[in-house]
Parts: sequence; structure tokens; C-alpha cells
Amino acid sequence: MATHHDHDLPAGEIPKPQTKAIWKTFFILVALTAVEFLFAFTMDAGTLRNSIFIILTIFKAFYIVAEFMHLKHEAKALIWSVLLPMALVAWLMVALISEGSYYFESVTNYFR
Amino acid sequence: MSTSTTLEAPKSGTWDGGNEPLKASYGKLMMWFFLLSDAFTFGAFLIVYGLSRHKHLPYTGEPEAFTFSTEYWPIPEKVFNAFPGLHGMDLPLAFVALMTMILILSSVTMVLAVEAGHRMDKNDVQKWLLWTILFGATFLGCQAWEWAHFITGTDEGMLLADGTRVFGANLTVNQYGPPLFADLFFFITGFHGTHVFSGVVLLLMIFINTVNGVYHKRGHYEMVEKVGLYWHFVDLVWVFVFTFFYLI
Repeated sequence: MATHHDHDLPAGEIPKPQTKAIWKTFFILVALTAVEFLFAFTMDAGTLRNSIFIILTIFKAFYIVAEFMHLKHEAKALIWSVLLPMALVAWLMVALISEGSYYFESVTNYFR
Repeated sequence: MSTSTTLEAPKSGTWDGGNEPLKASYGKLMMWFFLLSDAFTFGAFLIVYGLSRHKHLPYTGEPEAFTFSTEYWPIPEKVFNAFPGLHGMDLPLAFVALMTMILILSSVTMVLAVEAGHRMDKNDVQKWLLWTILFGATFLGCQAWEWAHFITGTDEGMLLADGTRVFGANLTVNQYGPPLFADLFFFITGFHGTHVFSGVVLLLMIFINTVNGVYHKRGHYEMVEKVGLYWHFVDLVWVFVFTFFYLI
């Protein structure tokens, strides 16, 4: 910067940190991860357990994107322009996983 | 801001750059759309994982009786059960839990750096950026160990029908299950690790700039915010990799 003004503030002029919401989000994320591990070790594998994992993951993703990445406080149009394409990705996932199941079903049944 | 010279005064007309689409600065907006495109790539990786997993025979027996075989997809808990320094112990997902904690912590220190930037508190920005770099580098170290262990394999390896044994993993054969399992491990965690590495490099760059007072002179710490967005995205991807690769 060519036009540099010396404006180092004295220490007293820096406002106090506001970190309460940040640590709250952190503890929510840690708690959700702990719950995931609880289910991983106490529950038998299956569709129900997988659904619980996916729901908890979506909650974690919400807190990271909304609070840490501040998306919750951005313009509505920005929120939608990020979320809508991701909804299409979620759809692709559902479509291709059922495609994988179909492939497996047909291969195992044809050669039995 | 305290210093805005006449030279730096923004033009205010709608078509002169005075208009901010979506009420976000150019840099932040571009970072959001870059991250969106990056999310497509990671989404594609995880979708391929789901597709190939459903294409393969699932393991249906008792979890206690599980042995590695190329016949069926392995149970992740049985693959990722090692911890550095505790050789031969069965500690399912313990190491990956530690890695997850390190990355969540790094995300928190990053958001604290951004918060300090809003207050123009140079010392706090430096402190929290340094913590973030430390956690990020630690995560990379953990991943290096995880890869080394995955590639080297366990003592027993996998017994094949002809009596030979396979140890560890490469792109064509592995002791844990079908070849695609190791391939997807390398590609998904490798692509994520590359992102963490780039993130640490970016963090080092903005740390040096912060120490040199570049952002203080500029009057805002928006660059810290933009790198912060990227860093949180890396954490976000790990949340999904953790669920879809390690838990399910």
C-alpha cells in the first residue's frame, strides 16, 4: 500500500472478543460426533443406523455451513444458489445408489 | 474503516462496481461458487463410493466372525482399527475420531481468527491462525500415518485360496476387500488430504501477510474470511467422508 497511514490502535481500543456463539457451535459439533460414535458401538449395523448417521451428518453440516461459514446470515438468494445445486447432488446420490443395488441384484440373480 | 483515502474511495454507481450482487463481496462470492463446484467433485467421489458399495456383496455374517475377503465389501470398523503406538490392538475408529476432533478444533480456531479480524485485532488473528495451521498440519500427519498403515497392512494380511497372503493395499490388490475399496480410499481421502494441504499453504500465506501487517494497512481482514470459508469447507467434506466412508 502506497498510502500507508500509521494507525496501530492502542491495546485498549480493540473491542472484546464475542466468542460465545462460536464455542456453542463447537460443543454442538462435538456432541453430535460423540452421539455418532455411541450409535456406532452400541447399535447393530443396518438401514436404521445408517439413517441416524446421515441425519446427524446433515445436522453437523448445517452447523458448519450456517454458523462457521456464516451462510445463515447471507442474502436469501445466495443461500438458495448454494443449496439448490446441492439438492441435485443429493438426488444423484439416491439415483446412483439404487442403480448400484439394481446392478447387484441383476448380476446375482442372473448367474444363480 | 479508519483510513479510506480518496484514491481508494469506491465508485458508487450501479454499473461502476458500486453494486454488490447478493450483498457479498466479489471475492467471497467467487469463493462460494468455487466451493460449490468443489462440492460437486467430492459429491461425485462419494456417490461412486455408494454405487460401488451397493454393486458388491455386503458382508452378512456375524461382525465378530468377520475376516477380510475379496468376495464382499469390508466393514470399515474392521479395517480402520489401528492406533499409532498401540500395535495389534483392536481400537475401531479410535484414530479417525481423533482426526475428526483435530479438524473440528481447527475449524473453531479458524472462525476465532475471522472474528478477531472483524475487531482488527492483529495479535489475536495471528494467534488463532497459528493454532489453525498447527491443527491442520497435525491432521495431515495423522493422514500420512493412516495411509502408511493402510498401504503396509496388518500382520496377518488376507489369506487367499491358494494359501498365499496379501498384505496391505495398492491400486490393483488389497488385503481388505475388493480392489475398488482401496482405490476409493486412496482417491477420496487423498483428494481431501490435498485440500487440507492447500488449505495449510493458504493459511501460511495469510499468516505471513497478517504478521507483516498487510491486512491491517488494508483496513480489513477479508482475506482471512475467504480462506476461512475454504477451511470450513474442508472440515465439512471431512464430516461427510467420515460418515460415508468410516461409519456406514
